[in-house]
Order: sequence, then structure tokens, then C-alpha cells
Amino acid sequence: MATRAPDRPAAPAGVPTRRHPRRPGWSARLHRIDVAVSPYAYIAPFFLLFSAFGLFPLLYTAWVSLHEWTLLSDTQTFIGAENYATLLTDPYFWNATFNTLSIGIISTVPQLVLAIWLAHLLNRPLRAQTFFRITLLLPNVTSVVAVVVIFSQLFGRDFGLINWVLGLFGAGAIDWAAGTATSHVAISVMIMWRWTGYNALIYLAAMQAVPRELYEAATIDGASGLTQLRRITVPMIRPTIVFTVIVSTIGAMQILAEPLLFAATTSGSGGMVTGGPDRQFQTLALYVYEHGFTNFDFGYASAASWVMFVFVVIAAGVNYLFTRRMGGEIR
Amino acid sequence: MKGSTAARRLTYLTLLAVAFFSAFPLYFSVVVASRHNSALAQVPPPLIPGGNFFANVARVFDTVPFTLALLNSVLVSGSIALSVMFFSTLAGFAFAKLRFRGRNALLVLTIATMMVPVQLGIIPLYMLMVKIEWTGTMYALIVPSLVSAFGVFFMTQYLSRALPTELLEAGRVDGCSTWGLFWHVVIPTARPAAAVLGMLTFMTAWNDYFWPLVVLTPENPTVQVALSSLASGYVNDYVLGLTGTALGTLPLILVFVLLGKQIIGGIMQGAVKG
Repeated sequence: MATRAPDRPAAPAGVPTRRHPRRPGWSARLHRIDVAVSPYAYIAPFFLLFSAFGLFPLLYTAWVSLHEWTLLSDTQTFIGAENYATLLTDPYFWNATFNTLSIGIISTVPQLVLAIWLAHLLNRPLRAQTFFRITLLLPNVTSVVAVVVIFSQLFGRDFGLINWVLGLFGAGAIDWAAGTATSHVAISVMIMWRWTGYNALIYLAAMQAVPRELYEAATIDGASGLTQLRRITVPMIRPTIVFTVIVSTIGAMQILAEPLLFAATTSGSGGMVTGGPDRQFQTLALYVYEHGFTNFDFGYASAASWVMFVFVVIAAGVNYLFTRRMGGEIR
Repeated sequence: MKGSTAARRLTYLTLLAVAFFSAFPLYFSVVVASRHNSALAQVPPPLIPGGNFFANVARVFDTVPFTLALLNSVLVSGSIALSVMFFSTLAGFAFAKLRFRGRNALLVLTIATMMVPVQLGIIPLYMLMVKIEWTGTMYALIVPSLVSAFGVFFMTQYLSRALPTELLEAGRVDGCSTWGLFWHVVIPTARPAAAVLGMLTFMTAWNDYFWPLVVLTPENPTVQVALSSLASGYVNDYVLGLTGTALGTLPLILVFVLLGKQIIGGIMQGAVKG
């Protein structure tokens, strides 16, 4: 229904205007309606769709979370904050919170630093610019399923390429999926591999808008490349950095596909929704998935979603303030 | 002078190393996909493709409904891409060139929605799909994605730069309605950017995993859902999983490499004001 909205108000207005140019009263009125209504009609599809399939479900989550609500039963009992009470005393929930923060930090911080540095390297006259940019973005056009399948093989305990390379340096075979720290590193590597190049290109786009004269002046003053990066580039592209930090934070808080598939490809489908047999890498989103779509306990999973939402807002807010202050210090 | 040559060399070396790490996992997946399961236990691991690729492909088609998955993915990604191109151009035209009350506020609101973690509303969204009986169908994937905030923002940016206001005024003088302007003036101008947006959208839709996993069944999957059941159903059959991966992602990556320059230009343009 949303799809049809835009052409309705405009089309009837358009035809008569052209057909009766000599009758100002009638066509002028149509013209006025056309000019007044068309803009809203043209942007309406987005807002309708977002309200129906984005905003409404998100808000409705809060309502569902106050009920005992499952897929199978037709009746939903209002139970107030009971789901929240259960949730906040569930050690698995806090385990998932810890894992989410841990993976989020390990994957995001080095990723963005590396991305800024790569963008800095690319932001100069180079041969084969396009080649470097395309290879940088290759991981991002690879689907998350493919990424995890590939890296699960690379991180394999017995025949994985990474253990083989480490073995050349004398290291023993690591069971990446089994440990908490090692599995977090493995998952973070997958996330970094997929997103570093993308963020580097975003930074590069911002860097290209920085006036050249600033760098020329700094070069004359004898500032090294690294100093220029710290004193000129980073402060100048700070709005973009703030933006990517927030987007990455929001994304990191919702990591799901990587742990889900990593568990599936390393331990059979057994520990899939629990993030490994010991829940060593179950993230919050995976915790929601476990309760919502394997137990079909919608009320409880909604409570977990809503708490996650609060966490996302807090994490994004904290990082926003942090990134802004960091920029201030560099100045 | 010598110092700067060394620095340049270091830059190239670093970028080449990054290019290697970006491309190697994909290359290695092809190597494994063209081998026999026993090759995985080799020390050192195989680093060049073998001759078993087509036998593995046949196994993929035997294990999961891969033809159906490909058709579904083409249908879903194609519909979403076309629809996003159309509605984003329409809304971008309104935001970039039409005057109306609340325009700036609504544009800011549109951009702000990109930061809303809609994944957290997935349970009511699923309940909604159950209610309207769209679970297991492609409607559940296509309809919620018919237009995107990113697309609207992207086309707004492009059209405010590339669409001359004089051209629109001339159309008005000739008696064109707003819709007529959109059809005869905006669409021809928007074409290059819309094509880039279409490719970006197609790739995103093709790679989408979580929502399809939730709302579809393994019997009627998209490529990504089929790949995940391929990779998780059996005890560490990496060759099968990686063959599926190669089949389901390499065509897209090939298209990306061919059209990469335009796509990257698009991503960087969309990012400038972000």
C-alpha cells in the first residue's frame, strides 16, 4: 500500500494543467494543490515503511516485554516487570553482556585506528589507487556467512591455516573456538576483516575534503606524516570519526551472525544459539535469538531486547562524548 | 629526498600487504572448494586450486535447494534494488529541489533513522509477519526494504548537486506538473547515481542474513540461508561449505571488481556529509 502512495496525488494534477493552460482559475488551483501536496507524497513511502516495519516493532517490543507471551499460546498475560526481574538475575544474560562488550571493543578500536591510518596512506598521489580501493572493499562485499565459513576454516584447530602459520614460529595448536579470549579474538578478526576497508574509504572521503594548503604549510614547517595525521587530519575529519564511532558502536552491540555461525561451523549445530558449548562467545543479540526464536518466548526475549536498546543508547552516548573530548585534546 | 622515496616504498608495501590480506581468504576459499576433503589435512595446506570443483558443486546442489535459493535471492535483491532506486529518487527529488514546510527537519529525521537499531524490534516484526501470514515467503523480505534512509539521503545529495534548478523552472514554465518534472527531468539526471545505489542495494540485500534466517524456512531459502544450513548441518564439512560460499558470493564479487570504481565512488560520495 505504501508503494502506491506517491503517484496518486500528483498524476491527476499534472494532466489537466497541461490540457487547459487558458483557464487560470481551475488549473491554478490544481497547480497549487500539486505544489503543496507532491513533496509530502514523494517522501511519504519512506516514512510509512519505516513506521510500519522499523519504529512500530521497536516500540511494541516494550509492550510485549511486560507480558507472558509465547508463539504457541493465544493468551498473553500481563506480568509487569517480571521478565526484567528474571533477566537481570540470569547469569547467562550478564555473561552475554560481557561477551558483547569484549568483542565490541576488540573488534572496533583497532579497526577504526587501522582504518584512519590506511585512509591516510591512500590520501596521497599513488599509482593503482583504484586497485587498492577495490581490494580494500572486497571483504565488505563478501557476505557475513561466507566470511565466517572461510574464517572458521582458517581458525581451525587441527588443519587451520592460521595455526599452521603460528606453528612455523613454534607455537602450539590453539583451539580458537574453545576459549573465551581466543574465540573473542577470532570473531573480532572476522568483523575487522569485513569492516576496516569500508571505514577506511569513509575516512578517505572525508580526508579529501581537507584543504591541501594545511598540509603544504605543515610540510614547510617540517611536520612529519604522523604529526600531520594527528594535528591536521584527525581534528579536521572529527565529525566523520564521531559518526563512524557511533555507527560502529551500535553495530557492535548487535553482533549476532558471526558468533552464531562460528558456533555452527566449529561445534556442529549443537552450541549454535548459545555461542559455543560454554556460552563463551554468546552475545546479547544471540541471547535474544536463543529465547525468541528457539524457545519462542517472545515476552522474555523482548525484555532482553529492550534492555539491549538501553545499553546501545548508553554505549553510543558514552562513545560520542569520549570521541568529542578526544578531539578536543588533540587541539 | 631519499627519505621520501623510502616512505613511498613503505606506503606501497603496506597497501600491498593489506590488499593481500583482503583478497587471500577469498582466494583460499576457492582453493578449498576445488579440492577433496582429504586435502584439508595436508601439511602444508594446499595453496593452488585442485580439480574437484564441479564434483563439489554437484554435492552442494544435492544437499540444499540451491537453484531455488539462487532464484529467490535474485528475485528479492532485484525487486528491492529497483524499488529503492525509484522511491529514493522520488524522495531525493523532493528533499533536494522542492519547497515545503518542515523539509530540513524531515531530512534530518530521515538521516537519524539510520542510527535506530531496528534489529531490536525483530520479535514484534516477526509476530507481525506471522499475523499477516508472510512467514516463509519472499514478501517478508521485500516489503520492509522497499525504500531505505540511506537511499533517500544518497539521492538527495546527488540531486541537489547535479540537478540544475533552471531546468526545473523551465519545465514549470512549460506547464509541467511536479510528477511530469520527476518523470521527464529528474529521472534522466538521476540515472548514474541511481545505478550505483541500485548496485549497492542489490549487494546488501543479497548478503542479508539475519532476517531471512528468522523468517524463512530451510526448504524455501535465500542463498545466505542455504549457505548457513550447508555450513552448519554436517560435521565440519568445510569443502561443502566453502564450495557453497564460492558459488553464492563469487559472482557478486566479480561484478563488484568489474564495476568497483563506480561503486566505490558511490560509497565515498554517500559518506562525505555523514
